[in-house]
Amino acid sequence: MSIDLKTVKHISKLARISIDDEKANKLKGDLNNIFEFIEKLNELNTDNVQALTSIAETTLRFRKDEIKSENIREKILKNSPEENKDFFVVPKVVE
Amino acid sequence: MSDITSQSLFELTSNIKEKKLSSEEITKAFINRAEKSKKLNVYVTDNFEKAIDQSKKFDSNPNLDSKLPGIPIAVKDLFCTNGVRTTAGSKILNNFVPTYESTVTHNLWSNGAILLGKLNCDEFAMGSSNETSFFGNVQNPVGENLVPGGSSGGSSAAVAANLTPVTIGTDTGGSIRQPASFTGTVGLKPTYGSCSRYGIVAFASSLDQAGPMTKNVRDCSMLLEVISSFDQKDSTSIDYKRNNYSKELSKDIKGKKIGIPKEYRVDNMPDEIEKLWKNGISYAKDCGAEIIDISLPHTNYALPTYYIVAPAEASSNLARYDGVKYGFRSPGQNLIEMYEKTRSEGFGDEVKRRIMIGTYVLSSGYYDAYYLKAQKVRQLIKKDFDDAFSKVDAILTPSTPSSAFKIGEKTNDPVSMYLNDIFTVPINLAGLPGISIPAGKDKNNYPLGLQVIGKPFDEQNILNISYALEDKINFKNDISDWWLSE
Repeated sequence: MSIDLKTVKHISKLARISIDDEKANKLKGDLNNIFEFIEKLNELNTDNVQALTSIAETTLRFRKDEIKSENIREKILKNSPEENKDFFVVPKVVE
Repeated sequence: MSDITSQSLFELTSNIKEKKLSSEEITKAFINRAEKSKKLNVYVTDNFEKAIDQSKKFDSNPNLDSKLPGIPIAVKDLFCTNGVRTTAGSKILNNFVPTYESTVTHNLWSNGAILLGKLNCDEFAMGSSNETSFFGNVQNPVGENLVPGGSSGGSSAAVAANLTPVTIGTDTGGSIRQPASFTGTVGLKPTYGSCSRYGIVAFASSLDQAGPMTKNVRDCSMLLEVISSFDQKDSTSIDYKRNNYSKELSKDIKGKKIGIPKEYRVDNMPDEIEKLWKNGISYAKDCGAEIIDISLPHTNYALPTYYIVAPAEASSNLARYDGVKYGFRSPGQNLIEMYEKTRSEGFGDEVKRRIMIGTYVLSSGYYDAYYLKAQKVRQLIKKDFDDAFSKVDAILTPSTPSSAFKIGEKTNDPVSMYLNDIFTVPINLAGLPGISIPAGKDKNNYPLGLQVIGKPFDEQNILNISYALEDKINFKNDISDWWLSE
């Protein structure tokens, strides 16, 4: 199976990474090489194997539902790319 | 007394406790050497001024009972450090200053250590040569124009070049052990769940672990003791009783059963590595260990599995870098265009490649064929180890299939770069602890490492085996300081 240019562009759209045609062509080559290498897994029959979803064999812990956080509003906004005292600023979304 | 910067953590700690050295003297010695070592490009951000202030503060009221009393330490730039820029080697985090501290670095400072600065690494820890860093490649102190390994390449180079007494790195598929092997240093990846992942820039959450990188095995045990802790802030942190690793360190490995997996004898492996492995086996025998041939039949499937699981998790983890709340932003006419331009300009080629792989294997119609398949094979790989560990106490293998290569040699061929991690990746997939120790040199005089793999939570055992082997191997790095400037 090989990945064509259209698929590369579709994935880049899903991944929200814009790429030009030159980069897309380069990526097509790289991805095909990598997937050729990955296809090796098809040699194995895994019909009766259970998928390993977590390597740490623990169940998630419950904690008490209580407020622990101090007021960290300023801290959260500190690295905001656009200066604004109270909000994160993005391009206009609603017309 | 030997030169300050060449001393081990154990020696420095003893000298501080015996008041033969002050924290300020030690801190200044490392800073002074760093100023002359810019050619290696190990630092992304230094913390030198603050470090000197903190060392003076320590000396004025020293707590000599702490485990890292006034010891200056530089860490991989993947650990969030409160108030000190944290980039993960990426343009997209170029201006990011965390307002919180990772748990493992918090453990260092609360045990008396002082932050020297942040060390270069592959972008988002994706790489095996430190060449994907936005801040440029790192030189391996072992030889000019040689890669230091990756992704913890700034860390391995800094330890080997005596720019920090010890450091911590992170290991998702070999990123501690492979650079340790390339630089003649010791690196340990702990059992998944031993060291908290809180505050570490995430790459692949089911594989990532932080671990110590040091000059020798004893230092490694001292540092592991400090960073390994149960943490409520990490839902996969495991609550178990951790050893006093340095206290219980012992060269007595008599009767230990050590497995030798035949599948690790790969095609085109240099003779030197075969020889290194044989020497390791005979040293283990000399120490009274019993050598047992074992089989890990799915070894060859580990890398393809890894290159589905890790990029899938990465594509999900890295979705957060959208230019909205922090980090780099490229302006756009609308929100979608802003996302796409930010991510296109903010990520480097290897990171984009892996996000694309991950997005593809998780996309509609391909999930079962790739991601689910990989999770099933991961189960088989884990089972190989479970079976092996019913017969042996530890497994001995080479750390890498080659020694350090030249800068630029493998950058155009992602698959050949990925093959570097062939011996280290299976251990992450199975969540096991593994340590690389320097074990010899190749014909170019470049270091080569051996890897000891243990059962889950059996770090003490692999440390002890490594401690015994280290003594027999008696490795000397003899680095010439070729990079020093006045």
